[in-house]
Amino acid sequence: MQQRLLNLPVNLHISPRSVQQYWPWLIGLACALLAILILLALTVGAVAIEPASLWQWLQARIRGLAVQDSQTQLIVESLRLPRALLAAGVGALLAICGAAAQGLFRNPLADPALIGVSAGAAAGASLVIVFLGNTLVAGWFGVSLISLGAFAGAIVVVVAVYRLATDRRGGATSVATMLLAGVAFSYLAGSLSNVLKFISNNDQLRQLSLWHMGGLEAANFTQVALVASVLALVGVSLYRQHKALNALLLGESEARHLGINVKRVKSRIIVCIAAGVGVAVALSGVVAFIGLVVPHIVRMLLGPNHKYLLPMSACVGAMLLVLADTLARTLIAPTELPVGLMTAVLGAPVFISLLRHRKDYQ
Amino acid sequence: MLELKNISVKKGEAFIVSDVSLTLKAGEILSIIGPNGAGKSTLISAILGDVSLAAGQIHFARSPIQRWPLQTRACHMACLPQTSALSFPFTVEEVVMLGRVPHSSGAKADRIIVEQAMALMDIGYLYGRPYTALSGGEKQRTQLARVMTQIWRTGDADPRLLILDEPTSSLDLGHKQQLMAAVKYFAEQGVAVLMIEHDLAMVANYAHQLLALQCGHTVAYGAVESHLSAALIKKLFDADTQVIRHGGVLNVVNCEL
Repeated sequence: MQQRLLNLPVNLHISPRSVQQYWPWLIGLACALLAILILLALTVGAVAIEPASLWQWLQARIRGLAVQDSQTQLIVESLRLPRALLAAGVGALLAICGAAAQGLFRNPLADPALIGVSAGAAAGASLVIVFLGNTLVAGWFGVSLISLGAFAGAIVVVVAVYRLATDRRGGATSVATMLLAGVAFSYLAGSLSNVLKFISNNDQLRQLSLWHMGGLEAANFTQVALVASVLALVGVSLYRQHKALNALLLGESEARHLGINVKRVKSRIIVCIAAGVGVAVALSGVVAFIGLVVPHIVRMLLGPNHKYLLPMSACVGAMLLVLADTLARTLIAPTELPVGLMTAVLGAPVFISLLRHRKDYQ
Repeated sequence: MLELKNISVKKGEAFIVSDVSLTLKAGEILSIIGPNGAGKSTLISAILGDVSLAAGQIHFARSPIQRWPLQTRACHMACLPQTSALSFPFTVEEVVMLGRVPHSSGAKADRIIVEQAMALMDIGYLYGRPYTALSGGEKQRTQLARVMTQIWRTGDADPRLLILDEPTSSLDLGHKQQLMAAVKYFAEQGVAVLMIEHDLAMVANYAHQLLALQCGHTVAYGAVESHLSAALIKKLFDADTQVIRHGGVLNVVNCEL
């Protein structure tokens, strides 16, 4: 008996039966935590806002009355609220796309960056910064030209990778080829970025390297609306594939034998990942680690079932980025740290400690 | 129920399977034997619609296999793969539950089916264990339980076909017999079974028919009783054996000289 107990694997995750039973509570708790983190993000900063005045502002807003404290209104509504919401949206997008990518590639270490999205976005953004930076700053409906360049770069690289990995006649997409093509195109886009860094002047160089570390300081409600709508679309279409993603973990032919139209599911998921990560990177720069680590953490806690993994990853991703951004702008206020730096600093230790405690995890 | 008419499969210019025909009825167990690279797995892929035919036709329940919609077909036929690539820590119960993906029979019914299938494969005690922590044989039994779950009830789909690619390769003798007994029980419920099997003793004991392939060609096809012989085994595998009948049971014995 003693022997058997010792042989049981160290198992962090909650049993699937309990996850199923307590799911409404778990997701509700996650949403509540996210709301608390967003409220926290509204109160702290270079100018601290008392919880009492925040409460007044909230009540006034809910009841549709005029807000008395105009300073609070200004700081909350035009600075901190859009920023916190953008952070939540971008974090959720990155995490849910990461979870889907890991499922699709059947590799818990896959990251949307692997198929070239981030490198492509970086190259696109670099092109805009170096060649158009000083002439056209405004952009289009509050979305800066740099963001448009990044999005275009991301999409160009993903389309190239997807075409290279897809058999012209049969239409089958090889996941292995896609990973390799992603690596190749990432290097290609990376070298383009480096060439641009090389020819850029000092100001541009600083702008380039800051963009690469990610930042949310330019947040506005147009961007929030954009991220929210993309998140809704991508989230719903990925969630609808949760059974297919579970079956795909068995292997592609096994999934097909379970009645899944693998070709169609794969291209849908890839389109979702490209759009989701493309938009996220375009608006916030390269925010490292969330797409890789958040799904991993959630999988260790809840198991790999995509029915729970996808929504919970979105919640935890949102929480992590809101928290990281709050820390990034308060730690050495009034100077702001790049948020990508904070996500890595926050995420890595959590990840390492989970790995240490989970021996049978591959 | 399953009918293959003169099918051929090409890979590049070479024929992997050429001019193979067979008929399989409900409740029958047909075993495909042959040396490595004889085209056994390719034949199975052709039946599952994973590779396209260079010639011939495959009919399942009297309609061409290509006409079956993917999901409907999954309710009728299930395939146990030779190896499994699953590297995510699903629990055993969750893996078996994946067999219900093509069905929409409700969580309650699914759970009962999963429990019955796990009991049949003797893996009930493993239900909460992560799949990645299992031994090879336990994984194989879990996968078979999943595949059986997919075509468990005749009420969900009829006719039903179970395809097994080397089901006993990683099992000990006791579990080999237990697995084959489960397959036999399944066949008695009216499921047609097609299996690739290297253990000729298992073929002799459990299969009704055999199809012997060599380099993609049919060498022998018919009832196991009349076709399994030392001469056939010599021809296929270049191995010396004796096929003996002991107490009504056919057996294959090695007799290397």
